[in-house]
Amino acid sequence: MITVKDLHKTFGDNEVLKGIDCEIEPSEVVCVIGPSGSGKSTFLRCLNMLEPVTGGEVIVDGYNLNDPKTDINMVRTEVGMVFQQFNLFPHKKVIENLMLAPQKVRKISDDEAHERCLKLLEKVGLADKADQYPQSLSGGQQQRVAIARALAMEPKMMLFDEPTSALDPELVGEVLEVMKQLANEGMTMFVVTHEMGFAREVGDRVLFMDEGVIVEEGVPDQIFSNPQSERTKEFLNKIL
Amino acid sequence: MIGRFNWAGVIDFLPQLMTGLYYTLLISIVGLVIGFILGGIFGLGRIAQSKVISSISVVYIEIIRGTPVLVQAIWIYYALPLIIGTELGSVTAGIIVIALNSGAYIAEIVRGAVQSIDKGQMEAGRSLGLNHGQTMRYIIWPQAFKRMIPPLGNQFIISIKDTSLLSVILVPELIFQGRLIAANHFNAVEIYTTVAVFYLAITLTLSFVLQRMERRLET
Repeated sequence: MITVKDLHKTFGDNEVLKGIDCEIEPSEVVCVIGPSGSGKSTFLRCLNMLEPVTGGEVIVDGYNLNDPKTDINMVRTEVGMVFQQFNLFPHKKVIENLMLAPQKVRKISDDEAHERCLKLLEKVGLADKADQYPQSLSGGQQQRVAIARALAMEPKMMLFDEPTSALDPELVGEVLEVMKQLANEGMTMFVVTHEMGFAREVGDRVLFMDEGVIVEEGVPDQIFSNPQSERTKEFLNKIL
Repeated sequence: MIGRFNWAGVIDFLPQLMTGLYYTLLISIVGLVIGFILGGIFGLGRIAQSKVISSISVVYIEIIRGTPVLVQAIWIYYALPLIIGTELGSVTAGIIVIALNSGAYIAEIVRGAVQSIDKGQMEAGRSLGLNHGQTMRYIIWPQAFKRMIPPLGNQFIISIKDTSLLSVILVPELIFQGRLIAANHFNAVEIYTTVAVFYLAITLTLSFVLQRMERRLET
């Protein structure tokens, strides 16, 4: 579903990604962990070209993102994204947040969009909030709306950029629950997270990143119980 | 002191002052509508990715902001016709002055408001597959517009007051009429006070309307 070959990304003189190779299979849930500044969010943002790639190859669902002929807007309709800061549209009601892209990009009718989006809100447990504005919702509820908004485009895969890092601790659970449900339904997911419990329980594979490279990867049990690299051990010791 | 003045006599000159008010309002409204369009174009132009477009916008904004309205009015009324070879009526020239002048300031208001919107909003729109134009139109612009209202109101009021300078290019607006009357009837206190009250009435009405608009958009 996603193939990344020797991905490099620099900001000015600062090389943030120093050659990343990675393969993500359909229905796989890949969790990325690592210290802040390790480049994990940048890596995720390269997967839908929110950050233009400096070097290497990123192929998403058969589209080569480096190819100038690739219609990046097309690719993005297949790749949902959830942000740390939710980034809901504050001037639109919850249901309108969900309906906007299906209407304007997929060109589906208002009625069909409304019906589909209401179902998605039900799925994340927020159908009763459809006509409210995002500001009146809690952080956890806002992030669930954001997930539903991304799902409204019926993407083939979902990127999560530290989806629970901006939440009060007691609100983290409800968001992870929705993500877990998605994983169980077979969604392909790429999750940058500090929630080790989630990575361990839901992840099919865990990548540990540090200083712009993937230091170690493997099934969660192996990474968490029997890490091979010194840096992985050190990191896990600090946070667990 | 006050008793010396003939306030009741002002009524005789109201029709003439109303003519002046008509031109003041005409030039303000038409000029500001065009100015708002110019401001939108050049404000977005300034932050456009194209170097050519942003440079043109910067040049326009800097020229207008760097010269006095009075100079712009005199230049457009007396100098521009010599270059383009056609006479401009004073009202037309006046509208051009207000439009060009307010356009430059409104461009900066538009730019500031658009740039003040969190960049996560653009990213969220783009990540959903909306293109740049759609994201601007449906997500950034409506939020930016709300933030533009207070500084726009300010600019509208400034431009309305600037129309009084157009009397030097013979636009028959309020203060032009006032001066004609006062010169012939020696009633400067009464007439100029009335003129001032007229301006105040326009700007206060505008302030009131904008305040209501802001409150309605608050939710």
